[in-house]
Amino acid sequence: MPEPALLRIEGLTADYGAVRALSGVSMAFEKGRVHAVLGANGAGKTTLLRAIGGLHPVAAGRVLLRGDDVTRMPVEQRVRHGIAHVPEGGGIIVELTVAENIRLGALWRRRSERPAALAAAFDLFPPLAERRARPAATLSGGERQMLAIGRALAARPEVLLLDEPSLGLAPRVTRQIMLLLRRLCDSADMAVVLVEQNARGALAVSDRGSVLAQGEVVAAAAPGELLADDRMRHAYLGF
Amino acid sequence: MDRFVDLTLNGAANGAVYAALALSLVIIYQATRVVNFAQPALALIAVYIAYSVSGLTGRYWLGFAAALLAGLLMGALTERLLIRSVHDRSPLSAVIVTLGLLLVLQGAAGMIWTNEPHSFPYPMDFRGRFSASDAFALVSVGTAAALVFALYRFTPLGLRMRAAAHRPEAARVAGVRVGLMLTTGWALASAIGALAAMLAVPPFVSPNVLDAVFVYGITAAVVGGLDNPFGALAGGVLVGLGLSYVSGYAGPELAPLACLAILVAVLSARPAGLFAAPSARKV
Amino acid sequence: MASPAPRPAADEVRPPAGPPAPVGTRARWSTVPLVVRHLVLAAGALAAVLLLIAATDTVNTMRIAAVGYSVLAIAGLQVLIGASGQVSLGHGAFMFIGAYTVALLVIRLPMLPLWVNLLITVAVSAAAGVVVGGATARLHGPYLAGATLALAVGLPSLAVRFPELLGGGNGLAFTTRGAPPALAATVSTAQWQAAAVWFTVLLALTVLATVSRGRLGRRMRAVRDDPLAAAAAGIPVGRTKVAAFVLSACCGGLAGACQGYLLGTATPSSFTLALSLSLLAALVFGGMGSLWGALWGGAALVYLEVWAEDAAHALSLGTSVTNNLPIVLFGLILIVVVLLRPDGVHGAVRDAAGAVRRAR
Repeated sequence: MPEPALLRIEGLTADYGAVRALSGVSMAFEKGRVHAVLGANGAGKTTLLRAIGGLHPVAAGRVLLRGDDVTRMPVEQRVRHGIAHVPEGGGIIVELTVAENIRLGALWRRRSERPAALAAAFDLFPPLAERRARPAATLSGGERQMLAIGRALAARPEVLLLDEPSLGLAPRVTRQIMLLLRRLCDSADMAVVLVEQNARGALAVSDRGSVLAQGEVVAAAAPGELLADDRMRHAYLGF
Repeated sequence: MDRFVDLTLNGAANGAVYAALALSLVIIYQATRVVNFAQPALALIAVYIAYSVSGLTGRYWLGFAAALLAGLLMGALTERLLIRSVHDRSPLSAVIVTLGLLLVLQGAAGMIWTNEPHSFPYPMDFRGRFSASDAFALVSVGTAAALVFALYRFTPLGLRMRAAAHRPEAARVAGVRVGLMLTTGWALASAIGALAAMLAVPPFVSPNVLDAVFVYGITAAVVGGLDNPFGALAGGVLVGLGLSYVSGYAGPELAPLACLAILVAVLSARPAGLFAAPSARKV
Repeated sequence: MASPAPRPAADEVRPPAGPPAPVGTRARWSTVPLVVRHLVLAAGALAAVLLLIAATDTVNTMRIAAVGYSVLAIAGLQVLIGASGQVSLGHGAFMFIGAYTVALLVIRLPMLPLWVNLLITVAVSAAAGVVVGGATARLHGPYLAGATLALAVGLPSLAVRFPELLGGGNGLAFTTRGAPPALAATVSTAQWQAAAVWFTVLLALTVLATVSRGRLGRRMRAVRDDPLAAAAAGIPVGRTKVAAFVLSACCGGLAGACQGYLLGTATPSSFTLALSLSLLAALVFGGMGSLWGALWGGAALVYLEVWAEDAAHALSLGTSVTNNLPIVLFGLILIVVVLLRPDGVHGAVRDAAGAVRRAR
């Protein structure tokens, strides 16, 4: 019997105001895999991520973590159960210092583990170590994204949800971040859910890709297949 | 010159009280973007509880502790029961709810303990140009402010509270229970408000005894900048000294007008207070 | 605090006066100029008040008059808070100015008739409104609330500071004239005064309603909803805010003048912080989006206290309970209204009227 998926969503349906943003979306995310969720603006990608993270109310369907139903669990509790969410723009707290942002992510871990979590984040992102005592507001866009990921990793999650980490970044920085995600996923044994507008960049590091359009899954396949399908590329992926 | 020294010492002691009240307002404003107009009423009830506890046990300090505890509890309850339900409404709703609570609690105090003034003891000897009570006011407010600073700056709880106050959603994503942090902030602030009232009330307690003190406290908070705890402390000392000089040299009945004058002068130059962060200023 | 929640623009401002026009003539009625419509409604309301005064005793006549000036004060606050979005906790300060202006005029210049006194009061209040509004136009939200709070507490202390001119803590007492000799046999002093107050109030409300529906009203609402957008659209934000303050100050001053005229006194202890807060409470209770709310608020301000006292006496509660019952009730109502019915009594009445109309 195959091991059940770490995170599974079943028939997830959510509304955005009066508009149905997601209707009956089902997906499974496994450990050690990067799963790209692609689609045009307004396809429901961000709502999907926020619903998994607990920031967006779910109208119907379930979110299962290791088989347990977490659909109604508050955001902060999901974090403790291993779901880390990097929302669009990073969701860092610009009024706090760099080090405080990371410490915040590690707060619910045991007191003895916290310094190690901080050190690990600085090892991973040396530029952050140099700016540890500065307010996060002074960071550049790329550094903010690093901080957001560092903060999420400090909670040592099993599932990492990322919303448009490439938004507003230079192509070179984007590439670095994508490669880093791949590396993290392999070494830390996490499931990474990567929502991206930049389909080519995301697929390059992914194990699997799902395409959303108007709140529904229109395709789910290996990156190679998606890239090979010209119709799919033109209609939904924009290149 | 002697008189000047007296007025300065006196103003500093009063200023400590205004600073504590201002600090309590700023803590709540930072956390929930609400000016808690019910603060004087919450503090009033705390003082009356101290009055009753001290009366029953004959021990002043037991009453003092009871007041702080009551402040803590009432602040938490206010946030949980009232403020939370208007959290997603217009800011005016929260203001009106706190004003309503002010009226209810002041009236309730009058109902339970009557509108007549009761004599209320100073914490320590109050005689002399700089009495033990004055010193106690300065020291206790200074200690409270230092503890608050240390809590916010150096403890995990403080880090959570700051995160929740600045960016509630980002804090939740980082695993912070934002609601609990807001309740904690209100509780802490109300306890500080109760401390301020315990220092301000003597020699008599009556339902309206804190009205003027509250106006000076809110002036201190606004002058210092509602976003800045250090501004609140500085504003408190500034208002305390200013009012002391005006009362001493020109007459005590001018104190409320002087308070207005300080407010207008400072806000004309800096509409968001002396110590406002640049980002908080509205262009 | 800078901008209260947006509310429906329809039904925004109408004078709280007169019976509604019959449905059949509604179309023709709407072609009549706004001022004329408001004047007709005000005349109807005055007739209703006069009938009420004629039918009741002196105590109730005084209460009806008190409702009149309370309505005006609250209507002024409605313009400031409801329409222009500036939260003032110091409206009582303008009533203080009005009451003392009338008192000084009656004492120092006894030959002036009442209407001249009231006109001078309006001018003085307007000047005060320019000063306060100008000084506070740059302040937003809690800073404005704090400044006006200090104003409400600070201004009455002037009376104590200048006892020779303003009578100190005891204030100023003066006598006001009742009905002219020709009418004195049929109209009591109280009735004449109540009629004079309501005449003034309705006239002022007519002006207020007409202005609120006009260009200034639209500008105020634009500034309230989004100051930046309003500025981008070429609306002078600062001047509009000051204009709202002036309008509101005139109403407050006139209301204070009417109070002074009715009571024959002006004392600092009548203009406490509690008065300013009660006015705000009454405004919220009545409904912030409409001048009609001021009517409910004014009635509540006067009659809630009366009923609370009656109830306390009927239940033979102790004096400390009796004395504090109105304030506790007012606070409770404030909280309950905000939690359950943020658009106040006016909103509830409008919904009920809508339901009745649909049911027909």
